[in-house]
Amino acid sequence: MFRVELTKAARRWRTWLLAAAMGGIPILIVIAIKVSPPNPGTAEDAPPFLLQIVRNGLFAPLTGLAVIQPFFLPLATGLFAGDSIAGEAQGGTLRYLLVRPVRRGRLVLAKYGVAMALLALMLVWVAVCGAVAGGAVFGFEPLPTLSGTTLSVGGASLRIAAAAGYMLLAASGVAAVGMFVSTLTDSGPGATVATVILAIASQILDNIPSLGAIHPYLPTHGWLAFTDLFRFPVEWGGMRGGLVVSVAYTAVFLTAALLSFGRRDVVA
Amino acid sequence: MTALVTRGLTKRYRDVNVVDGLDLSVDRGELYGFLGPNGAGKTTTIRMALGLIFPTGGEVELLGERVSGRAAALRRTGAMIEEPAFYKFLSGRRNLEAFARAGGDGGEVKRRLSRIDDVLALVGLARAANKRVKAYSQGMRQRLGIALALLGEPEMLVLDEPTNGLDPAGMREVRQLLRRLADDGTTVFVSSHLLAEVEAMCDRVGVLSRGKLIAEGPPGNLRGGGEHLRIEVDDPQRAAGVLRGLPEVEPAAGEGRILRVRLDGAATAAGVNAALVSAGVGVGALMPERDSLEDVFLSLVEDGGVQG
Repeated sequence: MFRVELTKAARRWRTWLLAAAMGGIPILIVIAIKVSPPNPGTAEDAPPFLLQIVRNGLFAPLTGLAVIQPFFLPLATGLFAGDSIAGEAQGGTLRYLLVRPVRRGRLVLAKYGVAMALLALMLVWVAVCGAVAGGAVFGFEPLPTLSGTTLSVGGASLRIAAAAGYMLLAASGVAAVGMFVSTLTDSGPGATVATVILAIASQILDNIPSLGAIHPYLPTHGWLAFTDLFRFPVEWGGMRGGLVVSVAYTAVFLTAALLSFGRRDVVA
Repeated sequence: MTALVTRGLTKRYRDVNVVDGLDLSVDRGELYGFLGPNGAGKTTTIRMALGLIFPTGGEVELLGERVSGRAAALRRTGAMIEEPAFYKFLSGRRNLEAFARAGGDGGEVKRRLSRIDDVLALVGLARAANKRVKAYSQGMRQRLGIALALLGEPEMLVLDEPTNGLDPAGMREVRQLLRRLADDGTTVFVSSHLLAEVEAMCDRVGVLSRGKLIAEGPPGNLRGGGEHLRIEVDDPQRAAGVLRGLPEVEPAAGEGRILRVRLDGAATAAGVNAALVSAGVGVGALMPERDSLEDVFLSLVEDGGVQG
């Protein structure tokens, strides 16, 4: 099942298009910095921290990950989780999978697992593209932290990997919502767009101070907490909160997806 | 032994019973034709039999297993539900591989994978197997759908309008293939809206109308209304008078110099011809006419249904 799903993803243009777009971002960042380096003359405007790190190859994977998070990560989640069941329904293949038979619950869980695996691959891909481009152009140097200390190249790489891992886990809740939406409709694009909108709307709401009361419950509230990995000492509170929210969303919406799909008439 | 049983099977959408208290019983090894116009509830019945939709009432038994948790029965069943559906970005062979790997344990997957070449050859797609399904014609997709249904060496085949989109030669091939499978012991349940099609191959036919079984029996018995004749004469008025006088001959609608009659019981075409000729009516042509499915339905509905 897993292997089949990965093969199916690998044979679709859109997977490669998305990979090209996401992998291209850290590469573009490296090129931009190389072509027009921040001018030391305006150093008073820019934080010295930024000037220090932009000429470090390690900066590219980290920035790449941070830049894809607001939009490309929701888009990938929509395509991998939102489209998973609804897309099969739309293509008519869902009924042929179910009469194989593949049990409905198993299909939902397998599709969720595959969506998470594909998201993981995308995040690794972004980090690798950034590291290769950044390393080739600037080389690697120890990375200063937000707290003024410095991380060795190895230590910084580990934290970047941890940041990618945290991003994946933080996105798992939105992916579960995508699975739930996917069981409700027979329109693949519809479920994809709904998932993307949900993630983006959540981020927007998270930025409206007067809605502070609901912020901790938003599925994307903890998304930016990965930056805490680059403080000294690491501050775990934000990430812990983000993981709790993700686990809660995953539990609730995966259960909802299993229940709704388990008793639904498949007429597509 | 029965392969498929439904008892009081009902599916209600809004206020309409799309399938209405349906009692079906299909024996093992039988080739059963499930006949009905579009919208009669054939596909809904098939989807309930395969567990895709849930009945409002009644129950389905497939290969001896009740609807819920009928995984083992489905494993021994091959199906085509409405039109075939595939991953268009994959080749025909890769599609079969993808479905072969879905569901079942390792041994089963292996067995299915090893059958791919055989079923592709069986439906005549061996040479097109590596083309993407996107490039297939409708007939080729239909064949691939049948190949998929046969992949698991099923004891039972449930096929919804399997000859849709095929040319006449392809239709005949499919009919022969299904007949052969049934003769080898596979139970085949095939739906169609074409009377001629089920008549040509089925052991038994059930006729569905508005969710109810209105007739069932060997295909020959379906024409409960007897034989129809189309008669071309030079003097329609005189001919009509003669025909009215004949017992067991019932005039039907005609136009101009063409008359139609239905023969009941002992009346024969030769007898009608002789009566007309001896009354001085010139008979230009006289031929038996097949009932269209529509006629069969009309007569069945008028008669309130016949059980054969």
